[in-house]
Amino acid sequence: MASQAGAIDRIPAFGGVRRPAGAGFVTATAQTARRTLLQFARTPQLLVMPPVTAALFMVIFRYVFGGAINPGGHTDYVHFLIPGFVAQAFLWNVMNIPAGVAEDATSGLHDRLRSLPIPRASVMAGRSLADTLLNVVPLGITVGLGFAVGFRTDAGAGAVLGALAVILAAIYAFSWLFIGLGLVAGNAQAAQAFASLVVIPLTFVSGAFVPVGSMPGWLQWFAANQPVTAVINAVRSLMLGGTDVAGIGHTTSYWVVLSLLWCAGILALFGVLTTARFARTR
Amino acid sequence: MTAIVETRALRKRFGEVEALAGLDLAATSGQVTALLGPNGAGKTTFIGSVATLVRPDSGELRVAGIDARAEPGRVRRLIGLAGQSASVEPAMTGRENLEFVARLFGLGRREARAAASAVLERLDLVDAGGRLVRTYSGGMRRRLDLGASLVGSPRLLLLDEPTTGLDPRSRMELWSAIRNLVSDGTDVLLTTQYLEEADQLARHVVIIDHGRAIAAGTPGELKSRVGRDVLEVRPQRVADLPAVEEVVGHVTAEAARVDRDAGTVSVAADRGAEQLTEVLRLLVARAIPVEDIGLRRPSLDEAFLALTGRQAEHATPEDEPAALDAA
Repeated sequence: MASQAGAIDRIPAFGGVRRPAGAGFVTATAQTARRTLLQFARTPQLLVMPPVTAALFMVIFRYVFGGAINPGGHTDYVHFLIPGFVAQAFLWNVMNIPAGVAEDATSGLHDRLRSLPIPRASVMAGRSLADTLLNVVPLGITVGLGFAVGFRTDAGAGAVLGALAVILAAIYAFSWLFIGLGLVAGNAQAAQAFASLVVIPLTFVSGAFVPVGSMPGWLQWFAANQPVTAVINAVRSLMLGGTDVAGIGHTTSYWVVLSLLWCAGILALFGVLTTARFARTR
Repeated sequence: MTAIVETRALRKRFGEVEALAGLDLAATSGQVTALLGPNGAGKTTFIGSVATLVRPDSGELRVAGIDARAEPGRVRRLIGLAGQSASVEPAMTGRENLEFVARLFGLGRREARAAASAVLERLDLVDAGGRLVRTYSGGMRRRLDLGASLVGSPRLLLLDEPTTGLDPRSRMELWSAIRNLVSDGTDVLLTTQYLEEADQLARHVVIIDHGRAIAAGTPGELKSRVGRDVLEVRPQRVADLPAVEEVVGHVTAEAARVDRDAGTVSVAADRGAEQLTEVLRLLVARAIPVEDIGLRRPSLDEAFLALTGRQAEHATPEDEPAALDAA
């Protein structure tokens, strides 16, 4: 105790000449993104589990359910499944965002960040940036797995990269929704529950695993018109080289534009809502 | 004697709950000010207001002379906040946590490193600085959290129940760290529900209850506010407590307080020496053996009880930590 008190006495207050004015938007965004990246990088279960789960699901759909599903169009199930699977897989990763964000809220971290001389929007910008970057490697792994279970395409590298770009846009847009969910949830358990309530219908009630046309009418309406299906259709027609092969109407550019519009809309809405929620002074 | 924090008629309502109901207080620069009050008294709301996390509905709040309601951005440059739980990142090292906050305060990479080193040394965490925080004990995390609020060298340090949930040894370590902050020009405003903590740390104590300041002064002044001395008797046998209670009550014509755990009977005494003699005479006459008898100044405990009509809480390490956000 005595030695500790001595140590405290020795060190004068830092600086003393000019009080720092606080970090700007770019620095604060980069710093908060870095914190989230380090958190994941040093918590192996956060890094390893999502790709393992995705691989498990892919194998089950490809080999367990696959034999019983007729995808229609001019393709077999593995070629129908893999683009759809790749396009929705990120949702199972971003599903974990709300719990982490809720933890940051309850731990007092958000209170501290709000008390600092930084633009409050930068904390959310940093989080969404980190969440998007954290999805790059799992996305690559999922695509690789798709090829490993038999997916082949003539569409060309450009089209496949285009498909990945659409998915990354979707990841960025959806991350804002899930960050917002974490902010309103109140605690990690509730956040996790909310997140599955959003992710399960968006992924299963979509064109990812079965053709939308095979669903009953009322469900078909939702499945055909929800944003994840737009992303899936864009990715599928890009990766298969056209909408005809994929057995969905319209053109490839129609689906690409529609999916990007959805992303822009989600980003605009939840970018504003999530930022406002974090930045609010109660 | 300038005020680092000054409020007038500060009000904040959350739905039905009036968290701040016209709070008036002044915290002088150059000392530790403690806000003492039971759970739900409005302490955390007040700290949140000073930290610009909560915007009061009405009234005046000045931090180092700045109107916190009008210019929260300027206030944020002057304050460091440590909340009710250690809000440091377990997957980062102690040093990384400090550098993270220092960078957000606007320090460059090199400055941030220097500031982190200074804080690590100051809080006796140099050896642990390179380890991930998830390997830290609870007390070390809280000390690091205190460090994170210091790394921007704030004018005013805000500590919301800094030792809640800590074991006695870690509590003492944190107390000693806080005591030493003031010596180099950092003002400290802290909340606590522990009388002992306020007594130990603060030169100025503001007792708040139901969102209002009901008393303020040094711990000594608050004790004397209760005024009367306390006559306390500890009989040798616990079985004699009721008899002692009767004698004491008879002499002073006041309701005596019986503490079975301590084995004491205590009562406020107007004419202390005279009543003490009388009580002693009666106890001898009834042949009740006495272990200890005496007059003392009231404790902060009793001051609190007299001022709020409620018992204050004692330091127990089992309280749940909570952030403003979770409320």
